[in-house]
Amino acid sequence: MQPTAHAFPENARAALADARLRKALGTMKSGFQGNRAAAIARMPEWEELREEGRRIKDHVLAHLDVYLERFEARVVANGGHVHWARTAAEAREAVLAICRQAGARSVTKGKSMVTEEIGLTPFLEQHGLQTVETDLGEYIIQLRREPPSHIIAPAVHLTRDQVAESFRRAHGGLDPGRPLEEARDLTDEARAVLRRKFLEADVGITGANFLVAETGSTVIVTNEGNGDLTQSLPRVHVVVASLEKVVPTLEDVSTILRLLARSATGQEFTSYTTFSTGPRRPGDPDGPEEFHVVLVDNGRSALLGTESQEVLRCIRCSACINHCPIYAAVGGHAYGWIVPGPIGAALTPGLLGLEEARHLPNASTFCGRCEAVCPMKIPLPKIMRHWREKEHAAALSPTSYRYGLGAWAWLARRPSLYRTGAALAARLLGRLGRDRGRLVRLPFADGWTDWRDLPAPEGKTFFQLYAEGRRPNSPGDVR
Amino acid sequence: MTDPRSQILGAIRRSLRRSPRDAEAEETVRHRLDHHPRNLIPARTAVGPDGLVELFVAQATAVAATVERLSSPEEIPDAVLRFLAGHNLRPAARVAPAAVLDAVPWERTPTLDVTRGAASADDLTSVTPALAGIAETGTLMLVSGPETPTGLNFLPDNHIVVLRRDQVVATYEDGWDRLRAAGAMPRTVNFITGPSRTADIEQQIQLGAHGPRRLHILLLDVQEG
Repeated sequence: MQPTAHAFPENARAALADARLRKALGTMKSGFQGNRAAAIARMPEWEELREEGRRIKDHVLAHLDVYLERFEARVVANGGHVHWARTAAEAREAVLAICRQAGARSVTKGKSMVTEEIGLTPFLEQHGLQTVETDLGEYIIQLRREPPSHIIAPAVHLTRDQVAESFRRAHGGLDPGRPLEEARDLTDEARAVLRRKFLEADVGITGANFLVAETGSTVIVTNEGNGDLTQSLPRVHVVVASLEKVVPTLEDVSTILRLLARSATGQEFTSYTTFSTGPRRPGDPDGPEEFHVVLVDNGRSALLGTESQEVLRCIRCSACINHCPIYAAVGGHAYGWIVPGPIGAALTPGLLGLEEARHLPNASTFCGRCEAVCPMKIPLPKIMRHWREKEHAAALSPTSYRYGLGAWAWLARRPSLYRTGAALAARLLGRLGRDRGRLVRLPFADGWTDWRDLPAPEGKTFFQLYAEGRRPNSPGDVR
Repeated sequence: MTDPRSQILGAIRRSLRRSPRDAEAEETVRHRLDHHPRNLIPARTAVGPDGLVELFVAQATAVAATVERLSSPEEIPDAVLRFLAGHNLRPAARVAPAAVLDAVPWERTPTLDVTRGAASADDLTSVTPALAGIAETGTLMLVSGPETPTGLNFLPDNHIVVLRRDQVVATYEDGWDRLRAAGAMPRTVNFITGPSRTADIEQQIQLGAHGPRRLHILLLDVQEG
């Protein structure tokens, strides 16, 4: 996928004008947010679990090299192979080489963000391998040649009728008069079509939610069961995972698993959590004969030891995305790269560079809900602020913006002047908006007033009101 | 030092400002992996053995699995038949080639067509044992092996799992302890919590996306041996 993060403002404007997208995104609040809140209410130890999750990942990042070596040694001891890839290109080549070696013609894929990041599916297709995404959401967007718009619900931007339209076009051999109105019909049709793909595949590719150093296992967390059919039926199982997925022990995975599903879908546990350790054992009637793990760096090692290192704690649950007012308004495609929402805004500049991704850290109101819901306690606003500072320092933002900010900073460092100015502005704006209680147009503020009214100030500043004694008596008495 | 592996490990060490062979870091890691200490265990499972079985049943039922309690393995064939008839399904089952299911008197229920072995694409119903049931979330823990091929857990539309009540444990950590006691890590460990599901189309939950549409648990109120 070609990044379009540099075009975020244009992407966002187009998204805001898209009525179908509004309808599709409208279900997110009742679904994800409500389900998560209910699941956490049933777990009194939630805050302690978050703290433990954070500690485990911080410990791993501080010893990442050693854990990766231990993980590799266990995979090899179990009869598997580990391939190291510095870049997206090396990772793609490694997977292609495994497929060629296996004489593969068809490949099935489980859902994996890192394979989206490295552009694996189109690459394998270009090299003559029939490659099929088998997660329902991923299958839908593959048919439509679109990137995912959400980490765990890649087709959340689409409505049922759009999916039906894609299925009618792609599944040509089926009765054109068949009903495809309900989600049930669509799910059953995909099940039947993909079942054949599972059975004929030579290689199955999955991602990994975790790599366990203790046992050399890779872990996938799914609900559909497609990942399991992908990795247990073909002769060869290839796991593509980024470096920071490694965790020490089965106990540590268990702790993080308690955080993951509750944060993601509000389930206590997903339907399927699967640990894969090497190829099939002597005497096993099924399972793959070969097991490969492709470890992808693609910019992660350079984030270690920097101000944005903490993004590497992310377990891709999407809680921050599900609670972000910006994401809810513009959807995932506007962000122009694989991981959208607050985590995308914090991560993408580190992986693609500020030149490409400088708009993303600005796509936040800093309301702080992302950090409040993050199971790994990643300080997302802090990291976005760090990128904003870098953007400013590198003079990537528009000149008028930087001069404006400079003028404001000059004023803010002179409190008496600032207060005098603020009192003047408050009085002026209060008078201008006296009739309606709001301002419809304001010079230099059309970025705000083009889209919404500005509530008119009372006419006095907080300091003035405070000096007049108009303040609540106690914190409990706020009206 | 030009192969990707050394370059990646070198880059990590440079970022962490550490030398290639850091004895202290290696010792810290070795200790943690050898001892695999437990982290916080949620208090919901501190309910005693009977409470755990109740919790397991309640949690499994909450995620759309069905549970029938039996008092002896002899009741299994009839229970399978009843389940299939209740859903209007063909009276046939692919049964895992597991020793614990050898003792079941399948031949006494001739209307049930029982075959043994790994799953094929045409099998509609499977019967498998489990290693453990995890009360915390109503999760089944299944392992692959010569007697328990993984395909049985995913290919058929209906998955019937036989679980003894003494296999019900509190937490995932207890499950890992049982597995460690049983020997090496198998190729596949499946934690299964309810039937297959998806919400990829307009966030409406549909059961039976790719894996089983139904998960039925036969819970035996007997101890081993």
